[in-house]
Amino acid sequence: MDELLTEFLTETNESLAELDVALLKLERTPEDNDTLSFIFRLVHTIKGTCGFLGLPRLEHVAHAAENVLGKVRDGSLPATPHTINIVLTALDRVKAIVAGLAATGAEPAGDDSGLVAALDAVAVGEPTPSTGPAEPAPREPAPRPETVAGQPAEPAVAAQTIRVAVEVLEDLMTLVSELVLTRNQLLQLARSQETSDFAAPLQRLSHITSDLQEGVVKTRMQPIGNAWNKLPRIVRDLSHETGKKIELVMLGADTELDRQVLELIKDPLTHMVRNSADHGLEAAADRRAAGKPETGRIALNAFHEGGHIIIEVSDDGRGLPVDRIRAKALAGGLATEAELASMTDAQIQRFIFRAGFSTASRVTAVSGRGVGMDVVKTNIEKIGGSIELKSAPGQGTTFTIKIPLTLAIISALIVAAAGERFAIPQISVVELVRANRKTDGANPVIERINNTPVLRLRDRLLPLVNLNDLLALGATAQETGGAHIVVAQIGTAMLGIIVDRVFDTEEIVVKPVAPILRHITMFSGNTILGDGSVIMILDPNGIARATGIGASGESKAVGAAADASRSGDRTAMLLFRAGGPQPLAVPLGLVARLEDIPRETVEASCGAPVTQYRGRLMPLVPMSGRVDTNAPRQPVLVFADGDRTMGLMVDEIVDVIEDRLHVELSTASPGLLGTAVIGGRATDVIDTGYWLEQAWRDWFRGKPKPDAARLRRVLVVEDSDFFRQLLLPTLDAAGYEVVGAASAAEALRLRDAGATFDAIVSDICMPDMDGIAFARIVRESGPWAHLPLIALSANAEPQDIEAGRDAGFTDFVAKFQREALRASLQQCLAEPVAASPEGIM
Amino acid sequence: MTVDLLDRQQAGIDEEQVFVTLTVADQLCGVPVLGVRDILGEQAITRIPLAPPEVAGSLNLRGRIVTAIDLRRRLRLAPPEAGTPCMSVVTEQGGELYALLVDQVSEVMSLKAVAFERNPATLPPEWSQFSAGVYRLDEQLLVVLDVGRLLALSDAG
Repeated sequence: MDELLTEFLTETNESLAELDVALLKLERTPEDNDTLSFIFRLVHTIKGTCGFLGLPRLEHVAHAAENVLGKVRDGSLPATPHTINIVLTALDRVKAIVAGLAATGAEPAGDDSGLVAALDAVAVGEPTPSTGPAEPAPREPAPRPETVAGQPAEPAVAAQTIRVAVEVLEDLMTLVSELVLTRNQLLQLARSQETSDFAAPLQRLSHITSDLQEGVVKTRMQPIGNAWNKLPRIVRDLSHETGKKIELVMLGADTELDRQVLELIKDPLTHMVRNSADHGLEAAADRRAAGKPETGRIALNAFHEGGHIIIEVSDDGRGLPVDRIRAKALAGGLATEAELASMTDAQIQRFIFRAGFSTASRVTAVSGRGVGMDVVKTNIEKIGGSIELKSAPGQGTTFTIKIPLTLAIISALIVAAAGERFAIPQISVVELVRANRKTDGANPVIERINNTPVLRLRDRLLPLVNLNDLLALGATAQETGGAHIVVAQIGTAMLGIIVDRVFDTEEIVVKPVAPILRHITMFSGNTILGDGSVIMILDPNGIARATGIGASGESKAVGAAADASRSGDRTAMLLFRAGGPQPLAVPLGLVARLEDIPRETVEASCGAPVTQYRGRLMPLVPMSGRVDTNAPRQPVLVFADGDRTMGLMVDEIVDVIEDRLHVELSTASPGLLGTAVIGGRATDVIDTGYWLEQAWRDWFRGKPKPDAARLRRVLVVEDSDFFRQLLLPTLDAAGYEVVGAASAAEALRLRDAGATFDAIVSDICMPDMDGIAFARIVRESGPWAHLPLIALSANAEPQDIEAGRDAGFTDFVAKFQREALRASLQQCLAEPVAASPEGIM
Repeated sequence: MTVDLLDRQQAGIDEEQVFVTLTVADQLCGVPVLGVRDILGEQAITRIPLAPPEVAGSLNLRGRIVTAIDLRRRLRLAPPEAGTPCMSVVTEQGGELYALLVDQVSEVMSLKAVAFERNPATLPPEWSQFSAGVYRLDEQLLVVLDVGRLLALSDAG
């Protein structure tokens, strides 16, 4: 059934139920004007909608009933039982027709002339033959239609939806948010207890809570298509009235947004589409003369962008007439001639948003009644949105409405500046760059032009803003040390936001800020994080406006380049302390689990500490060389490999930080790989291989070496010393002869020198020549052209994998997936290599 | 509200109004109890950059975000000495929750309309614009705060 019709039936059934009650009330208290107006309104609505939907029978009956009620309301007709009766009879008929409509989707056949005549007779005050004070009105002047005979009294449509006040949903949402916070606290508590009877039910509770949250959020979301489904009809009617040929294109109808917002933009959108059809598009003849297709096009496009919903209403009509707007602005005293002279066309076009401004020289039935775009703009701004327009003479006009998702859940990157945390919508974050404030080391350096910071990013200049300065956070400007730069995409422009720290990403519920804070354009909302703290959500577009970026498409090239190699080297690092105050780090991917075991479960076996872990003995290695026997609990990092596990005893697990990793190698102390700057602090990165061997002397020699007769040779191309150090022993242990190369160029030198390998494992992100370029060169020609090529990447997103495969990589393995790498190598080497440049897709 | 109270007084009705009493910089003040949603102790408050100086920040009240207004700043009073405890009175205005940061929240008092008076003419504007009148208590005076005016930050001079 037509969606409009379904909606009509639901509404009408509700109205009819209310009408019954109200009419009976009126019969008891005929003087009750409120009830009378209420009844009149309901019947009037039914009549109006019927006409709109093309339901003639319903319209006739409702119209006749409305006439009677109108007279009663005016006082020209008393609300006698007879009058009420005849109206009730009419309502019964309406019910019958509606029931038939619900069952078949079309009005049942039938004759209402008798009923209508009776109603009309009452309306003009004629005493109908049957009129007698006590005598009931003729109940059935016309025979009840056949189709309705067997229908149930209450149509099924009524039961399918239920109307709930938005406040109820709002309250539910608040309660669910609280529930989620409580759940998180419980989980935190449960984590500190190794075995707990609560674990299993808590897990279930957690799942149910998540489902519940999702469900409640869903109740508030509706596809924007719901606000659009009346537009095709409106456009069709307009097309008839104006004699223009109009095609309506709707894209992104399934873009979901908050129901309340949806209701509020319905009317502005309708108004804008009317405007486009009436003023925007030219008549067919004019279009032909202008060399355009006869059929004009109005396009609606909705999509999510940076925590907002963008709705574009565009037409390919004549565009906004700058001259006429200028003349009108001058005539209306909105601006002086001098002011107008200094304005750009775009600025002049914005006058249409001013109150009382309508360029339509004549008032049509459709639009141009003086309440125009200013009302649209006010309504959109009321819900925290904004409207922009772009218009080119002869090519058309595009309105871009931006509305915040008041209750949408978005993914946001949490950053900190001057000790305070902020959320940046993930959708506008292109990449994260680690930079130095002074020249030292390999990171790019923030340079200054007349004190304005900029960064060279892939041979382009990226404008930077310091979040600290921008928000006047008042921290003294740092002159040295590292900084994180969040590269944000704003429209077509790119902007780097300097922050002190970058935390994780979190799913957040965007809440609008209090009205007294709405003037701060830097924020698009605020939210409550998982830990219960309130945090402001930065609006990259507001930041761009505040810094004067965004108008030009200047930085587009950087954006494209950034998209091509978005991966970045961000690695989640586990920070912990052991035997000293300074933090130590290990890539989180290497750690199987984090455990916090009670002290008494640490036992001794042959003088070395062990613990029973999942039914087996697990050797424990004290990181600091000694065991603190006083602490009641012992934090342990568990490393696992196959069925062997090993626990590294540390003093305290501090944090998990996602950061770019650049390890400066130092071989001074065993057990440490070197030092890296993590979260702004110099941090020692531990050599897991060393500690694993402390527990199991033969950790890396545990597996029987396959095919010992001839060792397969594997080339590892990896710029990071750290990862190379990590990969070489792993692959060595897996039975390969491994050679490392620190860059693609070095690998190619090996090739040209005649080195032979059975497979190549290469990193994707490398300076100078990246893995993609390297793969292309290898595949192009030479002795390595048909070797299996395995790509290593920190984050393997589908588009990265696609790019890798295009370049000739045989397989894609995420970094630290030791088992996956082994399996991949085994597979590549077991089969005759089918990979040829042509056959890779 | 002022008018309302005066009317009652003039009408001689011996009606009582209930107030939550609080102190800010040693001055006893009151807000109508019906407008108070919650009383909070010391809270973690997130600073809001670029906000008006009277806005102390925002806090989380059982999943709702509450904007905290520093009453001392709003009344142009000196900042409290370090270590002074801080409490807040949560009120609702136009569907939004606001917390008024005060020094101390004390008891709930029921006050007779006969003890009510208009603002003394000499009350400085910082106070008179936010005061809806004064109650004469036995020991001291209680200033009735006009919460609506206090929260109308955009009007602030």
